[in-house]
Amino acid sequence: MQAVSAKIIERAKELMREGTVTKVAGWKAGEFFYDAEPNIFETPESLDGLVYNRFCASNLSKYMIKNSAFESAGKVLVILKPCDTYSFNQLLTEHRIDREKVYIIGAGCEGMCDIDRVRALGFKGITGIDEKGDGKTLVVYTLYGDGEVDIDDVLVNKCEFCKGKAHKIYDELISENEDEGPRGDRFEGVRALEAMSPEERFAFWQGELSKCIRCNACRNACPACSCRKCVFDNAASGVASKANTDSFEEKMFHIIRAFHVAGRCTDCGECTRVCPQGIPLHLFNRKYIKDIDEFYGTYTAGEEAGQRGPLITFTQEDREPNSVSDKGGN
Amino acid sequence: MSVNDTVDTAVNAEAKEWKPKIVAFCCNWCSYAGADLAGSSRLSYPADVKIIRVPCSCRVNPMFILKAFERGADGVILCGCHPGDCHYSTGNYYTRRRMTLLFSMLDYIGVERERTRVEWVSAAEGARFSKVMNDFVAKIYELGENVKVGDLRCKQ
Repeated sequence: MQAVSAKIIERAKELMREGTVTKVAGWKAGEFFYDAEPNIFETPESLDGLVYNRFCASNLSKYMIKNSAFESAGKVLVILKPCDTYSFNQLLTEHRIDREKVYIIGAGCEGMCDIDRVRALGFKGITGIDEKGDGKTLVVYTLYGDGEVDIDDVLVNKCEFCKGKAHKIYDELISENEDEGPRGDRFEGVRALEAMSPEERFAFWQGELSKCIRCNACRNACPACSCRKCVFDNAASGVASKANTDSFEEKMFHIIRAFHVAGRCTDCGECTRVCPQGIPLHLFNRKYIKDIDEFYGTYTAGEEAGQRGPLITFTQEDREPNSVSDKGGN
Repeated sequence: MSVNDTVDTAVNAEAKEWKPKIVAFCCNWCSYAGADLAGSSRLSYPADVKIIRVPCSCRVNPMFILKAFERGADGVILCGCHPGDCHYSTGNYYTRRRMTLLFSMLDYIGVERERTRVEWVSAAEGARFSKVMNDFVAKIYELGENVKVGDLRCKQ
Protein backbone atom coordinates (compact mmCIF):
# COMPACT_ATOMS: atom_id res chain seq x y z
CA MET A 1 0.00 0.00 0.00
CA GLN A 2 3.04 2.26 0.26
CA ALA A 3 3.20 2.47 -3.51
CA VAL A 4 -0.45 3.53 -3.59
CA SER A 5 0.21 6.13 -0.92
CA ALA A 6 3.08 7.62 -2.93
CA LYS A 7 0.91 7.72 -6.06
CA ILE A 8 -1.87 9.50 -4.22
CA ILE A 9 0.50 12.13 -2.84
CA GLU A 10 2.06 12.73 -6.23
CA ARG A 11 -1.31 13.07 -7.98
CA ALA A 12 -2.76 15.28 -5.24
CA LYS A 13 0.22 17.61 -5.43
CA GLU A 14 -0.18 17.82 -9.19
CA LEU A 15 -3.88 18.65 -8.95
CA MET A 16 -3.25 21.24 -6.29
CA ARG A 17 -0.41 22.91 -8.19
CA GLU A 18 -2.42 23.13 -11.42
CA GLY A 19 -5.27 24.68 -9.43
CA THR A 20 -7.90 21.99 -9.98
CA VAL A 21 -8.34 21.62 -6.25
CA THR A 22 -7.60 23.95 -3.37
CA LYS A 23 -7.69 21.45 -0.53
CA VAL A 24 -7.13 17.77 -0.05
CA ALA A 25 -8.99 15.60 2.42
CA GLY A 26 -6.92 12.62 3.43
CA TRP A 27 -5.31 11.03 6.44
CA LYS A 28 -2.25 12.10 8.37
CA ALA A 29 -0.22 10.13 10.83
CA GLY A 30 -1.57 10.40 14.33
CA GLU A 31 0.16 10.12 17.65
CA PHE A 32 0.87 6.47 17.01
CA PHE A 33 1.41 4.54 13.80
CA TYR A 34 -2.00 2.91 14.10
CA ASP A 35 -4.15 5.98 14.51
CA ALA A 36 -4.06 7.69 11.14
CA GLU A 37 -6.57 10.48 11.37
CA PRO A 38 -8.58 12.52 8.85
CA ASN A 39 -6.94 15.74 7.89
CA ILE A 40 -7.45 18.60 5.43
CA PHE A 41 -4.24 19.51 3.61
CA GLU A 42 -4.11 23.05 2.30
CA THR A 43 -0.68 23.33 0.66
CA PRO A 44 1.17 21.01 -1.75
CA GLU A 45 4.09 20.81 0.69
CA SER A 46 1.91 19.65 3.55
CA LEU A 47 0.83 16.70 1.41
CA ASP A 48 4.07 14.95 2.30
CA GLY A 49 2.33 14.24 5.58
CA LEU A 50 -0.46 12.31 3.88
CA VAL A 51 -0.58 8.62 4.70
CA TYR A 52 -2.58 5.78 3.25
CA ASN A 53 -2.02 2.53 5.07
CA ARG A 54 -3.81 -0.35 6.78
CA PHE A 55 -5.11 1.97 9.49
CA CYS A 56 -6.89 4.52 7.31
CA ALA A 57 -10.29 3.02 8.00
CA SER A 58 -12.10 6.29 8.65
CA ASN A 59 -14.67 7.34 6.10
CA LEU A 60 -13.97 10.80 4.69
CA SER A 61 -17.28 11.38 2.87
CA LYS A 62 -18.88 13.17 5.79
CA TYR A 63 -16.15 15.82 5.77
CA MET A 64 -17.29 16.84 2.32
CA ILE A 65 -20.51 18.32 3.67
CA LYS A 66 -18.70 21.10 5.44
CA ASN A 67 -15.81 21.37 3.05
CA SER A 68 -17.70 21.39 -0.18
CA ALA A 69 -21.04 22.99 0.46
CA PHE A 70 -20.54 25.86 2.81
CA GLU A 71 -16.99 27.02 3.21
CA SER A 72 -14.52 26.54 0.46
CA ALA A 73 -14.49 28.45 -2.77
CA GLY A 74 -12.67 25.87 -4.84
CA LYS A 75 -12.82 22.14 -5.29
CA VAL A 76 -11.79 19.76 -2.59
CA LEU A 77 -10.02 16.54 -3.39
CA VAL A 78 -11.15 13.60 -1.33
CA ILE A 79 -9.72 10.12 -1.20
CA LEU A 80 -12.41 7.49 -0.99
CA LYS A 81 -12.14 3.77 -0.51
CA PRO A 82 -14.73 1.60 -2.28
CA CYS A 83 -17.04 1.39 0.75
CA ASP A 84 -16.78 5.14 1.37
CA THR A 85 -18.24 5.86 -2.04
CA TYR A 86 -21.59 4.42 -0.94
CA SER A 87 -21.80 7.02 1.81
CA PHE A 88 -20.79 9.71 -0.63
CA ASN A 89 -23.59 8.70 -3.01
CA GLN A 90 -26.08 8.68 -0.18
CA LEU A 91 -25.05 12.22 0.81
CA LEU A 92 -25.41 13.29 -2.83
CA THR A 93 -28.89 11.78 -2.87
CA GLU A 94 -29.77 13.85 0.16
CA HIS A 95 -28.34 17.02 -1.41
CA ARG A 96 -25.82 17.44 1.36
CA ILE A 97 -22.84 17.60 -0.97
CA ASP A 98 -22.30 19.69 -4.05
CA ARG A 99 -20.81 17.25 -6.54
CA GLU A 100 -19.24 20.12 -8.49
CA LYS A 101 -17.09 21.06 -5.54
CA VAL A 102 -15.58 17.67 -4.95
CA TYR A 103 -12.90 15.82 -6.86
CA ILE A 104 -12.87 12.16 -5.93
CA ILE A 105 -9.81 9.97 -6.11
CA GLY A 106 -10.81 6.36 -5.68
CA ALA A 107 -8.16 4.46 -3.80
CA GLY A 108 -8.00 0.70 -3.85
CA CYS A 109 -8.34 -1.04 -0.54
CA GLU A 110 -7.31 -4.46 0.65
CA GLY A 111 -8.99 -4.25 4.01
CA MET A 112 -8.21 -2.18 7.06
CA CYS A 113 -6.74 -3.52 10.27
CA ASP A 114 -7.84 -3.13 13.85
CA ILE A 115 -5.02 -2.64 16.33
CA ASP A 116 -7.19 -3.98 19.15
CA ARG A 117 -7.52 -7.29 17.33
CA VAL A 118 -3.74 -7.47 16.92
CA ARG A 119 -3.37 -6.84 20.65
CA ALA A 120 -6.01 -9.46 21.38
CA LEU A 121 -3.79 -12.01 19.67
CA GLY A 122 -1.30 -11.51 22.48
CA PHE A 123 1.08 -8.90 21.12
CA LYS A 124 2.29 -6.47 23.76
CA GLY A 125 4.41 -3.35 23.36
CA ILE A 126 3.78 -3.06 19.62
CA THR A 127 6.18 -0.60 18.05
CA GLY A 128 5.27 -0.96 14.43
CA ILE A 129 3.47 -3.00 11.81
CA ASP A 130 4.61 -3.71 8.29
CA GLU A 131 3.08 -5.54 5.43
CA LYS A 132 4.68 -8.54 3.89
CA GLY A 133 4.70 -8.50 0.13
CA ASP A 134 2.12 -11.28 -0.21
CA GLY A 135 -0.80 -9.06 0.89
CA LYS A 136 -1.89 -11.68 3.40
CA THR A 137 0.50 -11.29 6.29
CA LEU A 138 1.43 -8.48 8.64
CA VAL A 139 4.75 -8.31 10.41
CA VAL A 140 4.30 -7.03 13.95
CA TYR A 141 7.31 -5.47 15.66
CA THR A 142 7.19 -5.40 19.42
CA LEU A 143 9.52 -4.56 22.26
CA TYR A 144 9.83 -8.27 22.88
CA GLY A 145 10.53 -9.47 19.38
CA ASP A 146 8.74 -9.69 16.06
CA GLY A 147 5.81 -11.80 15.01
CA GLU A 148 3.48 -12.36 12.10
CA VAL A 149 -0.28 -12.32 11.83
CA ASP A 150 -2.71 -13.25 9.12
CA ILE A 151 -4.42 -10.06 7.94
CA ASP A 152 -7.79 -11.82 7.81
CA ASP A 153 -7.58 -12.30 11.58
CA VAL A 154 -7.16 -8.63 12.38
CA LEU A 155 -9.52 -6.87 9.94
CA VAL A 156 -11.92 -4.26 11.31
CA ASN A 157 -15.51 -5.47 11.39
CA LYS A 158 -16.57 -3.57 8.30
CA CYS A 159 -13.77 -5.11 6.24
CA GLU A 160 -14.48 -8.59 7.54
CA PHE A 161 -17.79 -8.18 5.75
CA CYS A 162 -16.48 -6.07 2.87
CA LYS A 163 -19.17 -4.97 0.43
CA GLY A 164 -16.93 -5.25 -2.60
CA LYS A 165 -13.93 -3.55 -4.07
CA ALA A 166 -15.69 -1.52 -6.77
CA HIS A 167 -15.93 2.26 -6.45
CA LYS A 168 -19.46 3.51 -7.03
CA ILE A 169 -18.45 7.07 -7.84
CA TYR A 170 -15.10 8.68 -8.67
CA ASP A 171 -13.31 11.15 -10.89
CA GLU A 172 -10.22 9.05 -11.20
CA LEU A 173 -8.96 5.80 -9.78
CA ILE A 174 -5.57 5.24 -8.27
CA SER A 175 -4.98 1.55 -7.91
CA GLU A 176 -7.86 -0.83 -8.15
CA ASN A 177 -8.46 -4.19 -6.64
CA GLU A 178 -10.26 -6.98 -8.32
CA ASP A 179 -13.88 -6.91 -7.22
CA GLU A 180 -14.66 -10.21 -5.60
CA GLY A 181 -18.09 -9.09 -4.42
CA PRO A 182 -19.22 -9.16 -0.81
CA ARG A 183 -17.08 -11.00 1.71
CA GLY A 184 -18.76 -13.25 4.23
CA ASP A 185 -22.39 -13.18 5.38
CA ARG A 186 -22.92 -9.83 7.08
CA PHE A 187 -26.28 -10.83 8.53
CA GLU A 188 -24.88 -13.81 10.37
CA GLY A 189 -24.70 -11.89 13.68
CA VAL A 190 -28.26 -10.65 13.26
CA ARG A 191 -29.53 -14.16 12.54
CA ALA A 192 -27.80 -15.54 15.61
CA LEU A 193 -29.61 -12.97 17.76
CA GLU A 194 -32.94 -13.57 16.07
CA ALA A 195 -32.68 -17.23 16.85
CA MET A 196 -32.45 -16.51 20.59
CA SER A 197 -35.41 -16.23 22.92
CA PRO A 198 -36.62 -12.70 23.84
CA GLU A 199 -35.07 -13.12 27.31
CA GLU A 200 -31.68 -14.03 25.86
CA ARG A 201 -31.84 -11.16 23.42
CA PHE A 202 -32.72 -8.81 26.24
CA ALA A 203 -29.83 -10.07 28.32
CA PHE A 204 -27.46 -9.67 25.37
CA TRP A 205 -28.43 -6.05 24.77
CA GLN A 206 -28.51 -5.31 28.46
CA GLY A 207 -24.88 -6.39 28.67
CA GLU A 208 -23.82 -4.51 25.57
CA LEU A 209 -25.77 -1.31 26.01
CA SER A 210 -24.97 -0.78 29.68
CA LYS A 211 -21.43 -0.20 28.46
CA CYS A 212 -22.60 2.87 26.58
CA ILE A 213 -21.23 6.13 27.96
CA ARG A 214 -23.23 8.30 25.57
CA CYS A 215 -20.14 9.90 24.11
CA ASN A 216 -22.00 10.25 20.80
CA ALA A 217 -18.98 9.03 18.83
CA CYS A 218 -21.23 6.67 16.82
CA ARG A 219 -23.41 9.57 15.80
CA ASN A 220 -20.54 11.93 15.07
CA ALA A 221 -18.66 9.48 12.88
CA CYS A 222 -21.73 8.31 10.96
CA PRO A 223 -21.91 9.78 7.45
CA ALA A 224 -25.69 9.31 7.44
CA CYS A 225 -26.12 11.18 10.76
CA SER A 226 -25.55 14.60 9.28
CA CYS A 227 -28.54 16.65 10.43
CA ARG A 228 -27.57 20.21 11.28
CA LYS A 229 -29.59 19.96 14.45
CA CYS A 230 -29.75 16.54 15.99
CA VAL A 231 -32.66 15.42 18.14
CA PHE A 232 -30.13 14.28 20.71
CA ASP A 233 -28.77 17.82 21.01
CA ASN A 234 -32.15 19.32 21.80
CA ALA A 235 -32.02 20.04 25.51
CA ALA A 236 -35.79 20.44 25.69
CA SER A 237 -36.44 16.96 24.32
CA GLY A 238 -35.46 15.16 27.48
CA VAL A 239 -33.25 12.81 25.50
CA ALA A 240 -30.33 15.17 24.93
CA SER A 241 -26.85 13.91 25.51
CA LYS A 242 -26.44 13.44 29.25
CA ALA A 243 -25.91 10.75 31.82
CA ASN A 244 -28.77 8.29 31.67
CA THR A 245 -31.28 8.53 34.42
CA ASP A 246 -32.66 5.18 33.53
CA SER A 247 -31.43 2.42 31.37
CA PHE A 248 -34.08 2.48 28.75
CA GLU A 249 -32.58 5.74 27.59
CA GLU A 250 -29.63 3.88 26.13
CA LYS A 251 -31.91 1.57 24.28
CA MET A 252 -33.95 4.50 23.13
CA PHE A 253 -30.84 6.32 21.99
CA HIS A 254 -29.51 3.37 20.04
CA ILE A 255 -32.83 2.34 18.53
CA ILE A 256 -33.56 5.89 17.45
CA ARG A 257 -30.04 6.45 16.20
CA ALA A 258 -30.33 3.38 14.02
CA PHE A 259 -33.92 4.20 13.04
CA HIS A 260 -32.95 7.66 11.84
CA VAL A 261 -30.50 6.12 9.42
CA ALA A 262 -32.69 3.14 8.47
CA GLY A 263 -32.87 2.93 4.71
CA ARG A 264 -30.01 5.41 4.45
CA CYS A 265 -27.32 3.47 6.25
CA THR A 266 -24.73 2.14 3.83
CA ASP A 267 -23.37 -0.23 6.46
CA CYS A 268 -20.01 1.54 6.39
CA GLY A 269 -19.39 0.26 9.90
CA GLU A 270 -17.99 3.49 11.30
CA CYS A 271 -20.26 3.38 14.37
CA THR A 272 -18.85 0.08 15.56
CA ARG A 273 -15.31 1.04 14.67
CA VAL A 274 -15.30 4.27 16.65
CA CYS A 275 -17.18 2.99 19.70
CA PRO A 276 -14.74 3.31 22.63
CA GLN A 277 -16.73 0.71 24.54
CA GLY A 278 -16.72 -1.87 21.78
CA ILE A 279 -20.51 -2.14 21.44
CA PRO A 280 -21.46 -4.02 18.24
CA LEU A 281 -23.62 -1.18 16.93
CA HIS A 282 -23.64 -2.57 13.42
CA LEU A 283 -26.03 -5.24 14.69
CA PHE A 284 -28.71 -2.54 14.95
CA ASN A 285 -28.09 -1.15 11.49
CA ARG A 286 -27.84 -4.56 9.90
CA LYS A 287 -31.10 -5.60 11.55
CA TYR A 288 -32.86 -2.71 9.83
CA ILE A 289 -31.10 -3.46 6.55
CA LYS A 290 -32.05 -7.12 6.79
CA ASP A 291 -35.69 -6.29 7.60
CA ILE A 292 -35.89 -3.81 4.74
CA ASP A 293 -34.43 -6.38 2.36
CA GLU A 294 -36.89 -9.00 3.53
CA PHE A 295 -40.00 -6.85 3.72
CA TYR A 296 -39.57 -4.38 0.87
CA GLY A 297 -37.05 -5.94 -1.47
CA THR A 298 -33.28 -5.79 -1.50
CA TYR A 299 -32.05 -2.24 -1.27
CA THR A 300 -28.51 -0.96 -1.05
CA ALA A 301 -28.25 2.63 0.11
CA GLY A 302 -25.63 4.56 -1.84
CA GLU A 303 -25.47 2.08 -4.72
CA GLU A 304 -26.14 5.09 -6.93
CA ALA A 305 -27.03 8.71 -6.31
CA GLY A 306 -30.70 9.69 -6.52
CA GLN A 307 -32.34 6.49 -5.26
CA ARG A 308 -35.57 6.71 -3.25
CA GLY A 309 -35.11 5.12 0.14
CA PRO A 310 -37.53 2.46 1.38
CA LEU A 311 -38.88 4.59 4.22
CA ILE A 312 -39.91 7.51 2.03
CA THR A 313 -41.94 5.36 -0.29
CA PHE A 314 -44.59 2.64 0.04
CA THR A 315 -46.77 0.21 -1.85
CA GLN A 316 -50.41 -0.55 -1.15
CA GLU A 317 -49.56 -4.18 -0.58
CA ASP A 318 -46.96 -3.63 2.17
CA ARG A 319 -47.07 -6.13 4.99
CA GLU A 320 -48.85 -5.25 8.23
CA PRO A 321 -46.74 -4.33 11.28
CA ASN A 322 -48.42 -7.03 13.37
CA SER A 323 -47.12 -9.62 10.95
CA VAL A 324 -43.68 -9.12 12.49
CA SER A 325 -44.90 -11.21 15.38
CA ASP A 326 -45.60 -14.11 13.06
CA LYS A 327 -41.92 -14.58 12.46
CA GLY A 328 -40.02 -17.46 14.00
CA GLY A 329 -37.98 -17.37 17.18
CA ASN A 330 -39.34 -17.38 20.71
CA MET B 1 -55.98 -23.96 55.46
CA SER B 2 -52.22 -24.16 55.66
CA VAL B 3 -49.96 -21.14 55.94
CA ASN B 4 -48.79 -21.71 52.38
CA ASP B 5 -52.32 -21.56 51.04
CA THR B 6 -52.94 -18.33 52.90
CA VAL B 7 -49.78 -16.82 51.45
CA ASP B 8 -50.76 -18.01 47.97
CA THR B 9 -54.17 -16.43 48.28
CA ALA B 10 -52.66 -13.19 49.46
CA VAL B 11 -50.11 -13.14 46.64
CA ASN B 12 -52.75 -13.94 44.05
CA ALA B 13 -54.97 -11.21 45.38
CA GLU B 14 -52.07 -8.80 45.04
CA ALA B 15 -51.32 -9.99 41.53
CA LYS B 16 -54.91 -9.31 40.57
CA GLU B 17 -54.57 -5.75 41.76
CA TRP B 18 -51.92 -4.97 39.19
CA LYS B 19 -53.28 -2.75 36.46
CA PRO B 20 -51.43 -2.45 33.19
CA LYS B 21 -50.65 0.93 31.71
CA ILE B 22 -51.60 0.95 28.07
CA VAL B 23 -51.06 3.82 25.70
CA ALA B 24 -53.18 4.07 22.58
CA PHE B 25 -52.24 6.55 19.88
CA CYS B 26 -55.40 7.26 17.89
CA CYS B 27 -55.68 9.22 14.70
CA ASN B 28 -58.04 12.16 14.92
CA TRP B 29 -60.05 11.28 11.81
CA CYS B 30 -60.79 7.60 12.23
CA SER B 31 -59.80 5.80 15.39
CA TYR B 32 -60.46 8.65 17.79
CA ALA B 33 -63.92 9.05 16.26
CA GLY B 34 -64.24 5.27 16.48
CA ALA B 35 -63.54 5.49 20.20
CA ASP B 36 -66.22 8.17 20.44
CA LEU B 37 -68.67 5.94 18.64
CA ALA B 38 -67.82 3.06 20.94
CA GLY B 39 -68.65 5.36 23.84
CA SER B 40 -71.92 6.65 22.44
CA SER B 41 -72.92 3.10 21.50
CA ARG B 42 -72.39 2.13 25.15
CA LEU B 43 -69.67 -0.35 24.24
CA SER B 44 -67.06 -0.72 26.90
CA TYR B 45 -63.32 -0.94 26.71
CA PRO B 46 -60.92 -1.22 29.66
CA ALA B 47 -60.04 1.91 31.58
CA ASP B 48 -56.37 0.87 31.48
CA VAL B 49 -56.18 2.27 27.97
CA LYS B 50 -55.07 5.89 27.86
CA ILE B 51 -55.79 7.46 24.51
CA ILE B 52 -53.51 10.07 22.99
CA ARG B 53 -55.04 11.83 20.03
CA VAL B 54 -52.74 12.49 17.09
CA PRO B 55 -53.55 14.28 13.83
CA CYS B 56 -52.58 11.25 11.78
CA SER B 57 -51.08 7.89 12.61
CA CYS B 58 -47.95 9.00 10.77
CA ARG B 59 -47.54 11.79 13.32
CA VAL B 60 -46.37 9.13 15.73
CA ASN B 61 -42.63 9.44 15.94
CA PRO B 62 -40.92 6.15 16.89
CA MET B 63 -39.59 8.09 19.85
CA PHE B 64 -43.16 8.50 21.22
CA ILE B 65 -43.51 4.76 21.45
CA LEU B 66 -40.13 4.27 23.06
CA LYS B 67 -40.83 7.14 25.42
CA ALA B 68 -44.09 5.47 26.48
CA PHE B 69 -42.17 2.30 27.31
CA GLU B 70 -39.52 4.28 29.13
CA ARG B 71 -42.20 5.87 31.30
CA GLY B 72 -43.54 2.48 32.27
CA ALA B 73 -46.15 1.54 29.68
CA ASP B 74 -46.92 -2.17 29.51
CA GLY B 75 -48.26 -2.01 25.99
CA VAL B 76 -48.53 0.49 23.19
CA ILE B 77 -51.13 0.35 20.44
CA LEU B 78 -51.36 2.62 17.45
CA CYS B 79 -54.68 3.05 15.64
CA GLY B 80 -55.21 4.79 12.33
CA CYS B 81 -57.45 4.88 9.30
CA HIS B 82 -57.53 1.80 7.13
CA PRO B 83 -54.84 1.88 4.42
CA GLY B 84 -56.27 3.84 1.52
CA ASP B 85 -58.59 5.87 3.76
CA CYS B 86 -56.04 8.25 5.28
CA HIS B 87 -57.38 11.78 5.69
CA TYR B 88 -54.06 12.96 4.29
CA SER B 89 -54.13 10.32 1.54
CA THR B 90 -50.92 8.47 2.30
CA GLY B 91 -49.93 9.03 5.93
CA ASN B 92 -50.78 5.58 7.18
CA TYR B 93 -48.81 3.87 4.41
CA TYR B 94 -45.66 5.46 5.83
CA THR B 95 -46.74 4.55 9.35
CA ARG B 96 -47.10 0.98 8.26
CA ARG B 97 -43.50 0.76 7.05
CA ARG B 98 -42.06 2.62 10.01
CA MET B 99 -43.89 0.62 12.61
CA THR B 100 -43.10 -2.66 10.93
CA LEU B 101 -39.41 -1.87 11.28
CA LEU B 102 -39.70 -0.39 14.76
CA PHE B 103 -41.67 -3.32 16.17
CA SER B 104 -39.27 -5.75 14.61
CA MET B 105 -36.46 -3.86 16.32
CA LEU B 106 -38.23 -3.86 19.69
CA ASP B 107 -38.63 -7.59 19.32
CA TYR B 108 -34.92 -7.78 18.50
CA ILE B 109 -33.90 -6.09 21.74
CA GLY B 110 -36.19 -8.33 23.74
CA VAL B 111 -39.40 -6.37 24.33
CA GLU B 112 -42.10 -8.98 23.71
CA ARG B 113 -43.65 -8.41 20.36
CA GLU B 114 -47.22 -8.73 21.63
CA ARG B 115 -46.74 -5.51 23.57
CA THR B 116 -46.82 -3.44 20.43
CA ARG B 117 -49.63 -3.42 17.93
CA VAL B 118 -50.99 -1.43 15.00
CA GLU B 119 -54.71 -1.68 14.21
CA TRP B 120 -56.73 0.07 11.56
CA VAL B 121 -60.05 1.31 12.96
CA SER B 122 -62.40 3.58 11.01
CA ALA B 123 -64.79 6.17 12.46
CA ALA B 124 -67.70 3.83 11.79
CA GLU B 125 -66.14 0.91 13.66
CA GLY B 126 -67.02 1.63 17.26
CA ALA B 127 -67.63 -2.04 17.88
CA ARG B 128 -64.28 -2.92 16.38
CA PHE B 129 -62.54 -0.32 18.52
CA SER B 130 -64.00 -1.84 21.65
CA LYS B 131 -63.07 -5.35 20.53
CA VAL B 132 -59.50 -4.38 19.59
CA MET B 133 -58.92 -2.70 22.94
CA ASN B 134 -60.45 -5.55 24.91
CA ASP B 135 -58.28 -8.06 23.05
CA PHE B 136 -55.13 -6.04 23.48
CA VAL B 137 -55.66 -5.41 27.18
CA ALA B 138 -56.42 -9.07 27.73
CA LYS B 139 -53.14 -9.92 26.02
CA ILE B 140 -51.21 -7.50 28.20
CA TYR B 141 -52.84 -8.93 31.33
CA GLU B 142 -51.65 -12.31 30.14
CA LEU B 143 -48.08 -11.07 29.60
CA GLY B 144 -48.03 -9.27 32.92
CA GLU B 145 -45.96 -6.32 33.93
CA ASN B 146 -43.39 -5.02 31.51
CA VAL B 147 -40.48 -5.18 33.94
CA LYS B 148 -38.02 -5.35 31.16
CA VAL B 149 -37.65 -1.67 30.64
CA GLY B 150 -36.64 -0.95 34.18
CA ASP B 151 -33.26 0.33 35.25
CA LEU B 152 -30.58 -1.72 33.54
CA ARG B 153 -27.63 -0.34 35.44
CA CYS B 154 -28.89 -0.99 38.91
CA LYS B 155 -30.98 -4.08 38.33
CA GLN B 156 -29.28 -7.29 37.37
